[in-house]
Amino acid sequence: MTGSRLKSDKRHMSLRLKRYWPAYLILLPVVVWYIIFCYMPMGGLVIAFKKYSVICGIAASPWVGLQNFEKLFKSGAFMNSVRNTLIISGLNLLFGFPIPIIFALLLNEMGCVRYKKVVQTVSYLPHFISWSVAGGMIYMLLSPGTGVFGAVVRAMGGSPKNYLGISAYFRPIVVISAIWKHMGWSAIIYMAAITSVDEELYEAARVDGAGRFSRMWHVTLPGIRSIIAIQLILQVGQILNVSFDQIFILINDLTQSVGETIDYYIYRVGLGSSNNFSLGTASGLLKSVIGLGLVVGTNTISRRLTDGEGIW
Amino acid sequence: MKIRRTPGERVFDWFNNIFMLLILVVMLYPFWYVFVGSFSSVGHLIKNGFVLWPDGFHLDAYQQVFRNSLVPTAYVNTLIVTAGGTLISMVLTIMGAYVLSLRQLPGRTGITLFFVFTMLFNGGLVPTYLVVVQLGMIDHLWALILPGAINTYNLILMRNFFQSVPEALYEAASIDGETMLGYVFHILLPLSGAAIATIALFYAVAYWNDYFKSLIYIRSNRLWPMQTVLRQVLQTAQMNTLMYDDSAESVAPETLKDAMIMVTVVPILVVYPFVQKYFVKGVMVGSLKG
Repeated sequence: MTGSRLKSDKRHMSLRLKRYWPAYLILLPVVVWYIIFCYMPMGGLVIAFKKYSVICGIAASPWVGLQNFEKLFKSGAFMNSVRNTLIISGLNLLFGFPIPIIFALLLNEMGCVRYKKVVQTVSYLPHFISWSVAGGMIYMLLSPGTGVFGAVVRAMGGSPKNYLGISAYFRPIVVISAIWKHMGWSAIIYMAAITSVDEELYEAARVDGAGRFSRMWHVTLPGIRSIIAIQLILQVGQILNVSFDQIFILINDLTQSVGETIDYYIYRVGLGSSNNFSLGTASGLLKSVIGLGLVVGTNTISRRLTDGEGIW
Repeated sequence: MKIRRTPGERVFDWFNNIFMLLILVVMLYPFWYVFVGSFSSVGHLIKNGFVLWPDGFHLDAYQQVFRNSLVPTAYVNTLIVTAGGTLISMVLTIMGAYVLSLRQLPGRTGITLFFVFTMLFNGGLVPTYLVVVQLGMIDHLWALILPGAINTYNLILMRNFFQSVPEALYEAASIDGETMLGYVFHILLPLSGAAIATIALFYAVAYWNDYFKSLIYIRSNRLWPMQTVLRQVLQTAQMNTLMYDDSAESVAPETLKDAMIMVTVVPILVVYPFVQKYFVKGVMVGSLKG
């Protein structure tokens, strides 16, 4: 780069700055918000390495090194929450991931456009209700006295139980209710991908005598293969995140051992009854760091596989 | 060109249509079930257990719900937080998105990274709580709005939309003597109606549905939003003693819970048919790249 070019660049820069100063003014409140509500909490992470006491405050609380983390790894409750999170996420992946794809494929095969539209619109309604409402519906439907499952069990000669209080049922209830809530919404992205599959491929397949299933299998599915791969990878990156709202609304003392996720543990230890700010922060930091690694890692894989199709 | 369907395809279509009907039922049934329970009489549920149809149109449960002094205040709280929060969120999001959409802005990449990094890494529950405590927002409705005022995903969505507006429009406007703010208010925002509606709806639904923030930041039950009152009702076995002072009242907890759920979800159900197309649009344009 020559000197004159550099000089003109500099002049250009100051010109741009002059031109754009109102833009920075507009941006200021937004940046302030990010500093207060995102970056200040990141600063607060130091208490993971301290023995925080409310009286001393963050700065004056004594350093304890990695003591909080040692405590976490020795804590059966924390390790159990990690295990529960991985199991529930694994089940969500195993069942919750393929079902929207199948749903989108079948929707795409529907002949009547209006019927299809109705099914689609209704299918993403549950996505927009809160977990406290969805949880309320689950409570009601599973109620031994007036619930639909109780009625079925009674009709078959059994006596209905309080299903939300039985630990063996907790994870299935979580996974199934999540599928109910998000199936339609997750299918949208596949529906969009399906519309971009080349129409001529279907024609060609039809000419070759391919039926519905073979067209679905040999044309539609390969056509949306890359979007499926991206979605799968992204979901693996989120494996430590199980909806706190959902767990919180469904869990109780009887199901805590199989239902307590990392987020729930952080809440219970950090802000709940034990109110151990430092331990709660330490577990949160551990989760954030591993989560960051997972997201960055899976995104890198996604870009490699698809020539640049990552989330950033 | 009409293509004749083979017998196999006919069978497939048949099964597919029936399957989709089943999906419709599964998706809608929980809503219907709660609706039926809320309008049923107490005796109807006690006698029959599980019911498919209400025995008339009883409003007792709803009267009970609104007789509880917490419910009207909770409704007002939720309305304030949803309306005020959406307004604040939109102002901040539009400001941030607009500035980030200026391609020539010095430092644009750095600022974008500064925002996007918060999606990948955050301070977590306890440190955020401590910041809110320091700000003195515990037990204020502000705590339900400000900590989540900006959703970075929505901001990037908005920025992507602004970027798709041709820059020539700005050039033309500035030749006509429009200032930057004049351009934003007279040209850019009117052009962005659909995108603004979409993102405002995303925010509004999030505020309406949120109960996590009130769980950790609100102590006084006078400041509870609807979702929290609902949760409280559901999680309390002896609801009569908790919620109602007049214990002489004989309430079937089931119909009362149903009515409570209905009251919380009805606004969503009412606006949903009219706004759902915006949500879908939001997902379609929702690419985080750029």
